[in-house]
Amino acid sequence: MAKGRYGIHGGQYIPETLMNAVSELEAAYDKYKNDADFNRELEALLNEYAGRPSLLYYAANMTRDLCGAKIYLKREDLNHTGSHKINNVLGQTLLAKKMGKTRVIAETGAGQHGVATATAAALMGLECEIFMGEEDTKRQALNVYRMRLLGATVHTVKSGTATLKDAVSETMREWTARMDDTHYVLGSVMGPHPFPEMVRDFQSVISKEIKEQMIKKEGRLPDAVIACVGGGSNAIGAFYHFIEDKSVRLIGCEAAGLGIDTPSTAATIATGREGIFHGMKSYFCQDEYGQIAPVYSISAGLDYPGIGPEHAYLHDIGRAEYTAITDEEAVEAFEYLSKTEGIIPAIESAHAVAYAMKLAPTMDKDKIIVINISGRGDKDCAAMARYRGEEIYE
Amino acid sequence: MSRIRKAFEGGKAFIPFVTCGDPDLETTERIVKSMAAAGADVIELGIPFSDPVAEGPVIQAANVRALSGGVTTDKILDMTARIRGDIDVPLVFMTYANVLFSYGTERFLKRARDAGIGGVILPDVPFEEKAEFAPLCRKYGIDFISLVAPTSKERIEMIAREAESFLYCVSSLGVTGERSRITSNISEMTALAKKVSDIPAAVGFGISTPAQAREMAALSDGVIVGSAIVRLIGEYGRDSEKHVYEYVKSMKEAIKNI
Repeated sequence: MAKGRYGIHGGQYIPETLMNAVSELEAAYDKYKNDADFNRELEALLNEYAGRPSLLYYAANMTRDLCGAKIYLKREDLNHTGSHKINNVLGQTLLAKKMGKTRVIAETGAGQHGVATATAAALMGLECEIFMGEEDTKRQALNVYRMRLLGATVHTVKSGTATLKDAVSETMREWTARMDDTHYVLGSVMGPHPFPEMVRDFQSVISKEIKEQMIKKEGRLPDAVIACVGGGSNAIGAFYHFIEDKSVRLIGCEAAGLGIDTPSTAATIATGREGIFHGMKSYFCQDEYGQIAPVYSISAGLDYPGIGPEHAYLHDIGRAEYTAITDEEAVEAFEYLSKTEGIIPAIESAHAVAYAMKLAPTMDKDKIIVINISGRGDKDCAAMARYRGEEIYE
Repeated sequence: MSRIRKAFEGGKAFIPFVTCGDPDLETTERIVKSMAAAGADVIELGIPFSDPVAEGPVIQAANVRALSGGVTTDKILDMTARIRGDIDVPLVFMTYANVLFSYGTERFLKRARDAGIGGVILPDVPFEEKAEFAPLCRKYGIDFISLVAPTSKERIEMIAREAESFLYCVSSLGVTGERSRITSNISEMTALAKKVSDIPAAVGFGISTPAQAREMAALSDGVIVGSAIVRLIGEYGRDSEKHVYEYVKSMKEAIKNI
């Protein structure tokens, strides 16, 4: 069996044409991941450019209001470009530079990963092309403009459901056509090995910081860490350094869309089953013949029919729990956090906030919850207004 | 020797591809028979997949047409068993890993064998992952057909050494689809394969004209054509049978006596 397995999940299910490119990436990552100079450079970029470490903020108003566990917010929304995506992108583009690549390509759903990639490409002088589903270019028009402003070419993907999964397929196709000078900056902990491992490592800075900050503030570990899950990169980043700490509950919040008992859902753990797609074996929303389901969520970033293989494994062994949050619950949480703490979360992150709102009141006041606010919600304001029946124009 | 491999013994082989169920299975059945009558040496039956990452726009569109027409793996297996009785040309399935995996790989292969299938091609299962499929294929007497690409280089020997039926040489970078020129060094690919195996090598991806077929057949043991045929079917729909027949005949004719 090939490398990059998490239990039965993971692997490298990709066309032969890409195998050498993926092997080259694997060799380069193995070489640089423990290289002192590489890590120094990356740390400098994260601290001086992206603004790390991100704050761990005690949400006093929310804690008081919910009358339960103490709530901390990990403020990935404060990173440069407005989400956790920059952590992975700076790592991968630096690696691409070391590999002598001059061009990067990437998929994007909500546009956060595309913006982060276009940003890093501008910084490092790389050519950049982004693939985005047509549906998402409409939902996230502002991010399309941001990417262009940063010098990237944005390709509108019209195939399939014209959302994130089709953007991933199209970026893979583009990589198959041109790999000599091109690195595919995959945005989540998914795809063929080494992507799930590499992206997780680059995102694990989140849990490394939470741990240090929490010890400093509270002198102990949190009782639960909550994060939203599409492919699962911010969640694995927030979970990773707590996996061995069995006292810490790890909770991933999937997008239930209109509900897990409807076809308009993107909750993979709740409604999917084992399959092989986009280079990996994992759980996927699919029909009885293995055709990938046209999933739905109000959140473009969670609108994906699969989940990263390490999450599938953490689910299998019971180390992490996965729950599904509906559009309506997420929108309520989006509004709640804005009004209660003066923090507008991304609609993706609002899924994690929504679950915390259910969980905190059931826990004692001496318990501690950390919510990973993976991104900021400015990009979602127009769509949320429309959801509430208010037509506004960006 | 497998029946597929034997198909390479009478000169250069011509291998046409069709997406099953595009626009419906009744049409596919007629098309496959016309391909056989026109001299096809092996026929590739594509089982559509919702998200075919190795396909260009022409075959992607055919997959969408087929799936929205309601075709399923079960219906394709039934159709295959029906045609098997009428034609003698070896048949192989081309599809994606999840189609087999989701059906139950072993259950699929057993039914495929019963339907008279001789081989399977799974473009998203590289050498490193084939242990999950190839031994089960062998159990049911179905060849697991391997692909090599212009980027395979030092991998070619490793892949060719274990290849069954024929080696599928991907002519170009990128996805399936017609190309005006094929620039890869095909003879270098086939030479590397021939160093370790006497398995026939057939070239696919990008070939559409008789001239290209002649050029590729001169460098290999056979030619595979997909998108050009699927485009004809997209154009003529339920009336495409005679167009496909003429096309296959002209391509087979073009590679004769090379």
